[in-house]
Amino acid sequence: MMGCKYTADSILAYLDGRASAAERRELEAHLHHCADCRARVEEFRRLWSVLDELPAIEPSPAFDARLRERIAAAPQPSPWSWLAPAPRVLAAFAAMLLVAVWLSWQSPAPAPETRSLEPGRSELEFTMIRDLQVLEDYDVLANFEALEALPVATEPDERRM
Amino acid sequence: MARSDVQLMLDVKAGDEASFELLLQRYRTPLVNFLHRMVRDAALAEDLAQEVFLRVYCARRRYEPGAKFTTWLFRIATNLALNAIRDGRHRKAELSLDEPAEDSERALELPDGHPTAEQQLLEQHRQAVIRRAIFRLPEKQRAAVLLHKYQEMDYDQIAKILGCSESALKSLLFRAYEALRVELAPLVGLAAEAEQGRAPAAAGEGRKA
Repeated sequence: MMGCKYTADSILAYLDGRASAAERRELEAHLHHCADCRARVEEFRRLWSVLDELPAIEPSPAFDARLRERIAAAPQPSPWSWLAPAPRVLAAFAAMLLVAVWLSWQSPAPAPETRSLEPGRSELEFTMIRDLQVLEDYDVLANFEALEALPVATEPDERRM
Repeated sequence: MARSDVQLMLDVKAGDEASFELLLQRYRTPLVNFLHRMVRDAALAEDLAQEVFLRVYCARRRYEPGAKFTTWLFRIATNLALNAIRDGRHRKAELSLDEPAEDSERALELPDGHPTAEQQLLEQHRQAVIRRAIFRLPEKQRAAVLLHKYQEMDYDQIAKILGCSESALKSLLFRAYEALRVELAPLVGLAAEAEQGRAPAAAGEGRKA
């Protein structure tokens, strides 16, 4: 057995009849040469025959009556039990609901309302609006094409010095 | 032609109570025996077997034919047995070989060709040794051996019941049979002697733990 490629699995499958015909033939050929494996197979065979000695028992005559009592005492199906036969439909519906909720959270927020100067604005908001004005002015000046026609201001000509 | 388990269960789902009775007749004894060997308590085994059938009945409207019916049935039974063992509802005491057999066990030990009282005692003693050896296996190994040896289920079915891979199951089964081979060595040795035509010695000699 030691060092054999025949494992316990193949010996078990051989003994319980689950090995294929080819596996059976292969192991039987091996058993002719390997005394260890032969001894192991014989031991398992005897063990199984010993285990067969264990007698079966019969359920008591009251088994069925007691079961019927328990079935009668079992809680009746709830008013929601009509949902039970279609668990996949329920799961699909729940998944769609979740996707819908998720999408509604992911959609872009509505555009902010146009600001208007109204009494009661906080100091911070006024500061932001003033700063925005400066930035807008800078943007116009930086991209004002008319300014590009003007000669570029140069430093005084040093060569004449 | 007998209806298959799946067909019977579909009929139960459609409201046919008689089909449930047929399933009950088909699997009552195998389930009680499996559970009895798992928990070693006849009353608890019956209680658990009824619980299995009750659960099957209560789930009838949700039944979808998928895996084999017996896989579903014995999976429920195995889980209930493992829970009962973990909850300590089974017999906790170490089994004594001198302990008398339970009534249910004794009732079925029918004399074979009028054996002598001594032969009957010997037989009962051997059965007690075997029962104890099986009960001493770790729970999962015990369930694997019972499903393999006594219910004659295929590896893939047992693997599904126990929630493991087929290769893990084979290794589990081999460890279990190895442990049984060691534990039952005197009986296995006696079987070998009997095969060789020698007179068997007293069973289980020197095996009382």
